[in-house]
Amino acid sequence: MTSRDATHGPGALAASAQNALGGDNYLNHGRGVWSWLTTLDHKRIGVMYLVSILAAFLLGGVFALLLRTELLTPQQTIMKADTYNQMFTLHGAVMIFLFIIPGIPAALGNFVLPLMLGAKDVAFPRLNLASYYLWVTGALFALISMITGAVDTGWTFYTPYSTTTSTSVISMVFGAFILGFSSIFTGLNFVVTIHKMRPPGMTWFRMPLFLWGLYGTAIIQILATPVLGITLLLIIAERALGVGIFDPALGGDPVLFQHFFWFYSHPAVYIMILPAMGVISELMATFSRKRIFGYTFIAGSSIAIAVISFLVWGHHMFVAGQSNLAGMIFSFLTFLVAIPSAIKVFNWTATMYKGSVWLATPMLYALSFLFLFGIGGLTGLFLGALATDVHLHDTYFVVAHFHYVMFGGTVMGFLGGLHYWWPKMFGRMYSERWGRIAALLIFVGFNVTFFAQFVMGSQGMPRRYYNYLPEFTTYHVISTLGSYLLGAGFLIVLVYLIHSLAKGQPAPANPWGAATAEWQTPSPPPHDNFLQDPVVDDPYDVERWRWDAELAGYRLEGATARPAGAV
Amino acid sequence: MSHTSPHDAAHDPHLAHHFPDAATQFEAGKLGMWIFLATEILLFGGLFCAYAVYRAHHPEIFIYAHQFLDKVLGGINTAVLIISSLTMAWAVRAAQLGHQRALVRLLTATIALGFVFLGIKYVEYEHKWKEGLLPGTRFTHPLPEGTTASPPAPVEPAPVGVAGEEATTIPPAARGPAGLADPAAAPPAGPPRVPRNVQIFFGIYFTMTGLHALHVIAGMITLMWILRRARRGEFGPRYFTPVDLAGLYWHLVDLIWIYLFPLLYLIH
Repeated sequence: MTSRDATHGPGALAASAQNALGGDNYLNHGRGVWSWLTTLDHKRIGVMYLVSILAAFLLGGVFALLLRTELLTPQQTIMKADTYNQMFTLHGAVMIFLFIIPGIPAALGNFVLPLMLGAKDVAFPRLNLASYYLWVTGALFALISMITGAVDTGWTFYTPYSTTTSTSVISMVFGAFILGFSSIFTGLNFVVTIHKMRPPGMTWFRMPLFLWGLYGTAIIQILATPVLGITLLLIIAERALGVGIFDPALGGDPVLFQHFFWFYSHPAVYIMILPAMGVISELMATFSRKRIFGYTFIAGSSIAIAVISFLVWGHHMFVAGQSNLAGMIFSFLTFLVAIPSAIKVFNWTATMYKGSVWLATPMLYALSFLFLFGIGGLTGLFLGALATDVHLHDTYFVVAHFHYVMFGGTVMGFLGGLHYWWPKMFGRMYSERWGRIAALLIFVGFNVTFFAQFVMGSQGMPRRYYNYLPEFTTYHVISTLGSYLLGAGFLIVLVYLIHSLAKGQPAPANPWGAATAEWQTPSPPPHDNFLQDPVVDDPYDVERWRWDAELAGYRLEGATARPAGAV
Repeated sequence: MSHTSPHDAAHDPHLAHHFPDAATQFEAGKLGMWIFLATEILLFGGLFCAYAVYRAHHPEIFIYAHQFLDKVLGGINTAVLIISSLTMAWAVRAAQLGHQRALVRLLTATIALGFVFLGIKYVEYEHKWKEGLLPGTRFTHPLPEGTTASPPAPVEPAPVGVAGEEATTIPPAARGPAGLADPAAAPPAGPPRVPRNVQIFFGIYFTMTGLHALHVIAGMITLMWILRRARRGEFGPRYFTPVDLAGLYWHLVDLIWIYLFPLLYLIH
């Protein structure tokens, strides 16, 4: 209760309260591995998620590099055709179910959400830990599948192949089912936390936009994931019990599986992108040193995207035998998604206009996001149009499109957010110079890898093919070389982040001059999040935060820096 | 309800440190439970959707196959679950009023009714098992005497220009037998015909009722845990959230059955 007794006001944010590495903080509040494994602290759960999903990202990334290496030549290069099928399936399944869906909400969101609310924790801390262990269990099932006969169905598990292949479909599908419940519980926790634990004065339209992004995400997680759950259970029932609901020989309908699957998996791509958009909103305002432009529209467009996302699943099935009328309706609804997405992009651009843009590492990722998401979003319109989709369906154009949106969008948002909140999480700065070099390398490597795929896809190179016609060799070689650049970029990130954990400069409470509540507590935060209740005010009033050379960080205008060591 | 004042909240052993007061904690718990119930409905929603699709495409299968279900046992089970919802709601009331003995008895009654439901379900399943009325490949039920199977649906010819060996190896999608799905066509002469692919109905029947039975079991385990805590005297007018939330879950399980019963047993 000491926090409530402390004096309020900006003056309380003293120099001594800037960096807590030497004193008590959440990282050293309890000691030993056991205190981590049984923690109910959302910050520690967030960090455990971060480590776990980064391991999954590394695994999926290694698969990707092996795949690209195989595609260097039109024939066999380093692996057999069956191995290739298994590897692209595992690349997709690991990246989607283990990395990108939980990536921003469960790792960054868990850490930041209560801090932004000025709260001590999420609404259900035990459920939060349970959902982490569900993630671990799901990951274990996925690993079992990899060892006992890696799945080769593609991450979409389309029937009838998934019910007839001899690979370990059941354990992978059961793993995805469990991961789904992990995702549902995270979403449930976030919705209740945002509804019930906002501090006095923080109305819905004074919430930081990252929370709007997480809220929209959580709604989709809650409403879409159960349908994936039942779909996956039906696949298991089909394989284990021969139920036959998707088996045409027994009167079932395999296209029904596709409807069920995409009813989840299309909204799921917005589970991936919405939180990234929330991160970008924070980065844009902070690093433009300017109030976010069009707050209400950005917030509303998050919800609009969440709603429309449920109505567009049929655009994955334009050539799967659905009726022309359904195709036209789904195509129209798909085009609608472009409106809220564009609203966001234009508002972010307008935020930068006449701002003093600071090209720090997180902002470089935010700018990458704008470019890459722009390309990814616009090429989505080609695929959403009925006529062009017939030509482009199942080509590398689709592969390039979703990598531009998922990787160029979500992963850039994730990296931006990771670099932005890194000083808060671990109390240390990373090397800004290496950060910028890596961001540039990742941007260039990404475009080299995937732009070549747009070109060859439009020329008819089909996706998931092991061998290809010699005329596509040049594009494949360019794409593979780009993927090595990308890999090198991520390696640099890995090295300087680990280096910063040990040797980085101690971070101030607010290194970027952001106005949301999490920057008012020392870096890293204490166990109870705040030493005194934060001033939860206008989240985008960044201009009131002024650089203080003595702190090497920002402090609120009017607040006086106190000498280090003062209480 | 149990809205305690902030002063009391400071001494409330059930108040978690991150909630400002017990009322907020209660409301958060309740909202969380309602959201969870929404996910449960969507989980079943997939199956209801599959039911709707197949029933719309093959009404004859549903009309023919539902007669193998026992309406009396199904009806009794419906009554059992509805009564168990009553005892559950009553138990929540007893917890709110602090009627300790009534709470324990009503929870016990609810769990006992859950066992009755599962017992009757077992009898039904066993009967289906013996008759070979099983889903998919396990369907071995012989044709009733005096009936014949409907002729197989005509196989669509491969599109012109497709060579024989390039034609799809996937069997053609099932169709309703000619004449039954189309009310305009005249009924075929001869002995009554049994529609093809009757096993689809049993696939849906077993997945829906099986998933529901798993939920009944999960609900009973939860209630046993609540009962154990209730016997220790943990609940009273100031703290009854777990009883309330478990009750909500139990009512949902009941509600899903109330939809399953007419959809599967009472088809015309």
